[in-house]
Amino acid sequence: MTDSKYFTTNKKGEIFELKAELNNEKKEKRKEAVKKVIAAMTVGKDVRYTSRLDFECYLGSFHPSIFYFFSQDCEDPNPLIRALAVRTMGCIRVDKITEYLCEPLRKCLKDEDPYVRKTAAVCVAKLHDINAQMVEDQGFLDSLRDLIADSNPMVVANAVAALSEISESHPNSNLLDLNPQNINKLLTALNECTEWGQIFILDCLSNYNPKDDREAQSICERVTPRLSHANSAVVLSAVKVLMKFLELLPKDSDYYNTLLKKLSPPLVTLLSGEPEVQYVALRNINLIVQKRPEILKQEIKVFFVKYNDPIYVKLEKLDIMIRLASQANIAQVLAELKEYATEVDVDFVRKAVRAIGRCAIKVEQSAERCVSTLLDLIQTKVNYVVQEAIVVIRDIFRKYPNKYESIIATLCENLDSLDEPDARGAMIWIVGEYAERIDNADELLESFLEGFHDESTQVSWLKRTDVQVLVNSFFSFPHQDSDNPDLRDRGYIYWRLLSTDPVTAKEVVLSEKPLISEETDLIEPTLLDELICHIGSLASVYHKPPSAFVEGSHGIHRKHLPVQHSSIDTGESPVSGGPAAAMDQPHVIPSQGDLLGDLLNLDLGPPVNVPQVSSMQMGAVDLLGGGLDSLVGQNFIPSSVPSTFAPSPTPAPPAVSSGLNDLFELSTGMAIATGGFVAPKAVWLPAVKAKGLEISGTFSRRQGHMYMDMSFTNKALQHMNDFAVQFNKNSFGVIPTSPLPIHTPLMPNQSIEVSLPVNTIGPVMKMDPLNNLQVQDSFKCGLPQGSVLGPKSFILYLNDIFAVSNILKFIMFADDTNVFFSGNNMDEIIKDLVNVKGLHIIYSSLILPYLSCSEIWGNASKTNIDKLVKLEKNNL
Amino acid sequence: MSASAIFILDLKGKVLICRNYMGNMDMNEIDHFMPILMKREEEAEMTPLVSHGSSHFLWIKHSNLYLVAMTKKNANAALVYSFLYRIVQVFKEYFKELEEESIRDNFVTVYELMDEVMDFGFPQTTESKILQE
Repeated sequence: MTDSKYFTTNKKGEIFELKAELNNEKKEKRKEAVKKVIAAMTVGKDVRYTSRLDFECYLGSFHPSIFYFFSQDCEDPNPLIRALAVRTMGCIRVDKITEYLCEPLRKCLKDEDPYVRKTAAVCVAKLHDINAQMVEDQGFLDSLRDLIADSNPMVVANAVAALSEISESHPNSNLLDLNPQNINKLLTALNECTEWGQIFILDCLSNYNPKDDREAQSICERVTPRLSHANSAVVLSAVKVLMKFLELLPKDSDYYNTLLKKLSPPLVTLLSGEPEVQYVALRNINLIVQKRPEILKQEIKVFFVKYNDPIYVKLEKLDIMIRLASQANIAQVLAELKEYATEVDVDFVRKAVRAIGRCAIKVEQSAERCVSTLLDLIQTKVNYVVQEAIVVIRDIFRKYPNKYESIIATLCENLDSLDEPDARGAMIWIVGEYAERIDNADELLESFLEGFHDESTQVSWLKRTDVQVLVNSFFSFPHQDSDNPDLRDRGYIYWRLLSTDPVTAKEVVLSEKPLISEETDLIEPTLLDELICHIGSLASVYHKPPSAFVEGSHGIHRKHLPVQHSSIDTGESPVSGGPAAAMDQPHVIPSQGDLLGDLLNLDLGPPVNVPQVSSMQMGAVDLLGGGLDSLVGQNFIPSSVPSTFAPSPTPAPPAVSSGLNDLFELSTGMAIATGGFVAPKAVWLPAVKAKGLEISGTFSRRQGHMYMDMSFTNKALQHMNDFAVQFNKNSFGVIPTSPLPIHTPLMPNQSIEVSLPVNTIGPVMKMDPLNNLQVQDSFKCGLPQGSVLGPKSFILYLNDIFAVSNILKFIMFADDTNVFFSGNNMDEIIKDLVNVKGLHIIYSSLILPYLSCSEIWGNASKTNIDKLVKLEKNNL
Repeated sequence: MSASAIFILDLKGKVLICRNYMGNMDMNEIDHFMPILMKREEEAEMTPLVSHGSSHFLWIKHSNLYLVAMTKKNANAALVYSFLYRIVQVFKEYFKELEEESIRDNFVTVYELMDEVMDFGFPQTTESKILQE
């Protein structure tokens, strides 16, 4: 290549030489100099040393020659030269130049040589990065789309990659415009291009939503051969496509089961790759096993740890082993775990011991064996093993109370060797819990007491909880000596309780403990679904959504799994033509502060369960209220409700009147058939937004009475109880006539139908009817405002909020939390943070999910954004 | 959806080769890489994926070199790692042995190859036969 001589090694002197040459009189010399500079820029060398201003001046005065230079090269007979020219053009990130590059680029996009075309495709993406508007105005996006139909597969792949990259910054526009025709072209190119091209195409396919299960199946059939590719990234991208499309296939079909079976061997093969690739694969397999455990349940042996695996691989394999442990394979698993516990690496050994505990909790029949294994490990007297084992045994005791007490004696023998706070705490708990069965419980506790001053807070917490032996002197210690106010407070509480009413104290302290859940560290289902859409990417390795670690991604499209259209939980507008009256939805949480005020003043006639203002409210849906429609990618209520309950009376099916009043006036002359027309239930609250509770409902009229018919479905992992409904003042005066009849807890994956009678005699608020439904279910627990425990709970719950994101900085105070987000450009920040309606994108996409995991309700009306701008001296 | 820049470092963390593909990242970020790695090694918490603020480093080690890809976006991790291993293979085919010496002696070829194998963060041709043409 003629230009290769410009790619010389970088020396600073050279830059100054170039400067001199650029000033030279002869045009030829100047042209050569410019070529050199450009070449230098191409290799990414820092030509800023020349001072960018100088260079731009030179370029500025050379506009014509730049244009000349490039257009010459773009018409060079040698395709390699043309391609190099195109590639170099894209690397010049100087705005003024780029206009001159459009013509040559346009020509190269239609070049006869595929090498040139493929380079031109990438160049469009580069230009878009520099000047997006120009790219759109010049119609390059259309040219890129045309290239998808190119005959050369590499060109297709690059065009797809470029369009995907561009659409990352334009989340809403359907740049790729995938339809069955170009899907077909993509699938054809898939078989013929290089491995990298296949990855681009597969990643692009995974964003496509097939319209029905047959299309999904045909695409799956053409993607499945990629599962046997040697390149792990190809396999993972293919798995991503298949996992997403699996959602759309009917569960009972043969193809579905065949596909599940086909997914297993390639995942296993991924584990014979290089260690870093194994690590990525394992993090992804962790997600896949949580989502579809049936895929790998026979393959537990593959996850047994090899002695020469790097530590990060070992830890991941261990985690997956436990997820796959079941009654069938528990014996093998325990044998392996026992061996791991004798290894050298301390972290790994600890995790292995903890794994034994998790197995005991998960597989009940194995608990006996696990306990005996743990006892054996304790006998080894290896310090950290013993400590870890005690912590784990405490958990086993919690799960299976009163079953393994025979070992307590052995445990007590090892008391002296415990020095870690966790272990000591666990031991104290055990002693406290089984105090009656331990003869010398008080002696044992005294031995702990002596070390009280030195011990860390955690142990002391536990001590408080479990002292059932009434030793008054015990409590005098903390009052005076403890530095930790929390400790002192707790001391006071227990002391007062014990001194005033020992019986109640006993009840309080000895009360039922919450059950230990079987599976720890499960990812929330909605987050899991989002991560499945990102298989193979950094999000799947971090197990966090992209918004948590990518700057400026808050406006980015949140991905979700495709949903079968036949089911009701699409969240899309399912019904056209329902009761056409403008119905105000009963909104349970007011979206403005003033409504709340009114609520408190309401005299609600019929008995309605009024929930206490508690800190344990679910899914703070309301706060996003009207701003939800701007939360990209979620088809939420505002879109689903209006079509069913449209404000303008559209001609409705004859059985229902179209007037506002008629729906409520029972004495119209209209002949209403018994039952009338009832719109099918629309989803009022998708599970995604309410931590797993899905509510779909409709209004109906039967025998002259109005009912709000609802189905509550529990899609979360825990059972739900204590449902109540509350109607705020609304413009129709809708109010229930009896309490919500849900009395038994709603188990996971269970659904119940509820019919709540309502009428319109409630208080009326004169306002325009709102079209959004805000739904909340409250719990009969919580803290009264202004209690002492309030701030403590706040601190406890929010202690780890900083882990939500790498980019945000948190400063936590006693009763509020500040979040800092900084950037270079105020407009950019505002774009990232605040949407049109002034709501906080960070708040809603990062902080709210975090809060909802602990069932906390965030109060957006008390949340402010302050702009802090650095004053620049020369801006005055 | 891929790497913004690729670096080849020696064992001490000094940059031997740096290639900025997307131009959207500060090249000085790489200076944070080595200290973080050392710290992780001390704490026995090695991972192949290291992050510093909003920059993410995906790295592999080959003899006395570190190959590090840097990105700010949600890159396809599997793609980046397999790509890094692939360019190691390509270099080995050209230089027989890949280590610090071979990089220093063949600066020019290394840059030329890096130009060919990746464009704007998208891996292109990595077949040695085609590259040699």
